[in-house]
Amino acid sequence: MLLSSMSSVDIESLATDFYGLIQSFYHAPLYHIILEILLFFAVMWLLFFRKPRPIEKKLTEKEKQELIDEWQPEPLVPTVDPNHPALNVRILDGPVGKYITIDNEQSLNFASLNFLNFVGNERIQSKSIQAVQKYGVGSCGPRGFYGTIDIHLELEERLARFFGCEEGIIYSYGFSTIASIIPAYSKRNDVIFVDEGVHYAIQKGIEASRSNIKWFKHNDLDDLERLLIEQENLDKKNIKKARATRRFLIVEGLYMNYGDLCPLPRMVELKYKYKYRIFIDESVSFGTIGQTGRGITEYYNIDRQQIDLISSTLEYAAGSIGGFAVGSSFVVDHQRLSAQGYCFSASLPPLLAAAAIEALNIMEENSDLFETLMYKSEQLHNKLIAIKGYIIQGDYLSPLKHIRLPNEFNTTGRLESIVHFAQTKHITITVARYLQDEHVLPQPSIRLILNVDITEEEMDFLCAVLQEALVVTI
Amino acid sequence: MTNNFTRDHEEFEQIPRLVAVITVLGYFVLNILGWFRDFLRHIGLEKKKGAKDPNPEDFVPLYQSYECFYTRNMYTRIRDVFNRPIGSVAAAEVDVIERLSDDYNWSFRFTGKKLHAINLGSYNYLGFSENRGPCAQAAIESIKNYGVANCASRQELGTQRFHQELESLLTQYLGVEDAIAFGMGFATNALNIPAIARKGDLIISDGLNHTSLILGIRLSGATTQTFKHNDMKDLERILRESIVNGQPRHHRPWRKIIIVVEGVYSMEGSICRLPEIIALKKKYKAYLYMDEAHSIGAIGSHGKGVVDYWNTKPDDIDIHMGTFTKSFGSAGGYIAGRKKLIEHIRTYSHADCYTASMSAPVVHQIISSLKIVMGIDGTDNGQKRIQQLAKNVQYFRRHLVDMGFIVYGNDNSPVVPVLIYMPAKIAAVNREMLKRGCAVVTVGFPATSITESRVRFCISAAHTREMLDHALRAIDEVGHLVSLRYSVRNPHRRLVELNPQDYE
Repeated sequence: MLLSSMSSVDIESLATDFYGLIQSFYHAPLYHIILEILLFFAVMWLLFFRKPRPIEKKLTEKEKQELIDEWQPEPLVPTVDPNHPALNVRILDGPVGKYITIDNEQSLNFASLNFLNFVGNERIQSKSIQAVQKYGVGSCGPRGFYGTIDIHLELEERLARFFGCEEGIIYSYGFSTIASIIPAYSKRNDVIFVDEGVHYAIQKGIEASRSNIKWFKHNDLDDLERLLIEQENLDKKNIKKARATRRFLIVEGLYMNYGDLCPLPRMVELKYKYKYRIFIDESVSFGTIGQTGRGITEYYNIDRQQIDLISSTLEYAAGSIGGFAVGSSFVVDHQRLSAQGYCFSASLPPLLAAAAIEALNIMEENSDLFETLMYKSEQLHNKLIAIKGYIIQGDYLSPLKHIRLPNEFNTTGRLESIVHFAQTKHITITVARYLQDEHVLPQPSIRLILNVDITEEEMDFLCAVLQEALVVTI
Repeated sequence: MTNNFTRDHEEFEQIPRLVAVITVLGYFVLNILGWFRDFLRHIGLEKKKGAKDPNPEDFVPLYQSYECFYTRNMYTRIRDVFNRPIGSVAAAEVDVIERLSDDYNWSFRFTGKKLHAINLGSYNYLGFSENRGPCAQAAIESIKNYGVANCASRQELGTQRFHQELESLLTQYLGVEDAIAFGMGFATNALNIPAIARKGDLIISDGLNHTSLILGIRLSGATTQTFKHNDMKDLERILRESIVNGQPRHHRPWRKIIIVVEGVYSMEGSICRLPEIIALKKKYKAYLYMDEAHSIGAIGSHGKGVVDYWNTKPDDIDIHMGTFTKSFGSAGGYIAGRKKLIEHIRTYSHADCYTASMSAPVVHQIISSLKIVMGIDGTDNGQKRIQQLAKNVQYFRRHLVDMGFIVYGNDNSPVVPVLIYMPAKIAAVNREMLKRGCAVVTVGFPATSITESRVRFCISAAHTREMLDHALRAIDEVGHLVSLRYSVRNPHRRLVELNPQDYE
């Protein structure tokens, strides 16, 4: 109808225009045509195929205010049971040596991790006092801002020399040592193979690193190999990614939660096969294992150059406070700018560094201390397994042992009553404390610590009391 | 001293445009040079300095090259001004150990010489960093009585009677119900925030909070949002939006909201606006976590921190946190608040369960310095120190501002940052000040934003008028030598042009 109402001249001009349009298609460049076609499809999609987004009605101010008024927060913290053991600890009143004073009564101490009995040592105390007289107590600043004191540098050098490594670095808190070290090297896309039984500080370090964590069963090398082979297969699928993924193996020399040694030699072999770096946390094994107390690498006679980093704490055998790491300069120096617990925290009080240096002196002068400790640990182990009714966990050489009751008898309540009974007989022991969110919560246990100055008679006395406790408790 | 008129006067003068351009240009030039040097190292014309990986070549490199670019090419050039070792007590004056480098700071050697300098870098606000006096004596006695370590955690067998004494003294000092102390300030934040907050909570933290707070917040699993530094309007906006929208994705209401701020910010010198934060927290039913690392003992007419400074009630802050390193000349941190909170922390804190308890001399130093500050020791030594610090701060700041330097922060904060901006001046100021007998701290990227490098003075009650005058003369000279007077608001004047009478 439209066409019929138009004059012939109009139709002719329309046709000409139409012809011109067709012509222009032929003359237009190819890319222009492709672009037009794509645009056409885009418009079609927008009009017909896109799912209509629900239009959110905005809240009015009044509604917002109502929501704000209605909202009730939870209490800041939940109420804690007043009978929780953490709120009913024993209060000490004196140095934590071989003997300990609680409520004015002296008892034999099998609970403090004072392996070499350095707490109360005259030499260490006198050096600490000298340090206070020279440097005061606090260091008043982080390492970067006049908190580096010459005594820190001396301690780092001594530790590196003790282990035969290139460089050492010290931290002001044992927990923060390994918890700051791990995130300094391992980042988001890296892979960490770690034993399930590592202690809490390592777990926190791993969490802070945001890496891919592969847990393997405690001391189970076959499980570790399985994980390594899995990773190798993944690598083959994406070689480019594999070349940018760092791998780490984190183990402890002597496990705090289990008292057993890690099978290091095979792990070092696997290191060169599967190309990962080994970090060992020797918090418990420093100063307790090895002919001269140099830890698990000495025990297995492994060249320390093959271990990338050894970290430890000064809070157990060394009888001071703080932590350290030793290794090659290539590895250790990085922490001076990247480890949060080193850069952003005040440095170790100089008196504690002086105490640690003197402890190292004593360790180097009396290397028979370690043989004595290992011998006594074995002695104690034999005596303990002779007591019927307890399950002993821990290597026979380890001065740290976990004692449990068999099967379903093993409850925290019963263990606490054993501890309580022992206290009445002037033996101080403790139930090992853990937080519920441990990766693998160990079964309740009494953690027994051997002090190198404990005599055989005292060990016998301990065993007698433990035996008696069984009768009274169950 | 702290009259209402200047209580919340804070200045953050803007960077002059030309200075901004030159600063960025400076970093640009350094970058170009860095790439050039890296290229030379790559083709072998220049030796690769620095340690080598002892592992075989086919191991994945431990560090990515670009991560260390800044360290290799910029940090190492001025490495000698950081990590300066000292050989004496970090008191009002300090002995800096001289170290020289023969290879442009890749390695150092000690000459054996010690440079005596006025200590403007250590955190020693009340001057308790001393190696003699009642506090040092108390520490020495405690070593004889208790030894240096306890070798056990607080929950097992590490709680000594002196820990309880410290905690009850702290409770009295802060005016709270209960308190608990830990051996490391950094760890106090990083290990206790996860015990208080968890997934489903919202933490609103100031944009310039310390690394330990950020780490603690991250480990807790709670969701976090930041508000612009000290900007109360931004905080209110975030509070309103968060409550209205709830948790992301499923929009369930938040379990609780915690606002995390610091008392005195150590890089800016600003003081938090406590009365406004408390008003907001009450209005929106949030909780308040106050990190008083730099403010406890250092501000307030009785040295009790921000609560004292702003005259608010201690109960209004839900979680008090602070450290003993700065004002008490010791080490460690504390958390204080209601009894229920502290009981919870005693039970669930990572630090309480797994870390070794505080060393005896460290605790006794805190106890004796606390007693002095509180006046329990029977003298007015504590009050004198607090007043001396306030006087020193006012004296020093006013001189700097009147000379034409850009000084950040609150008029009353003992942290005095003076802006340097340009990268080369970071090293220049530090070295020149040391030559003139003043040990100062200069900071650049990444501790501050890239254009705002600064020299940060920490004033102490132990600084005498002579020491401050010496320091001001040195700053005056160095400021003239290196052109540090950037202020557009205040006229540029030399020290001699100022009238001493105005500052009495």
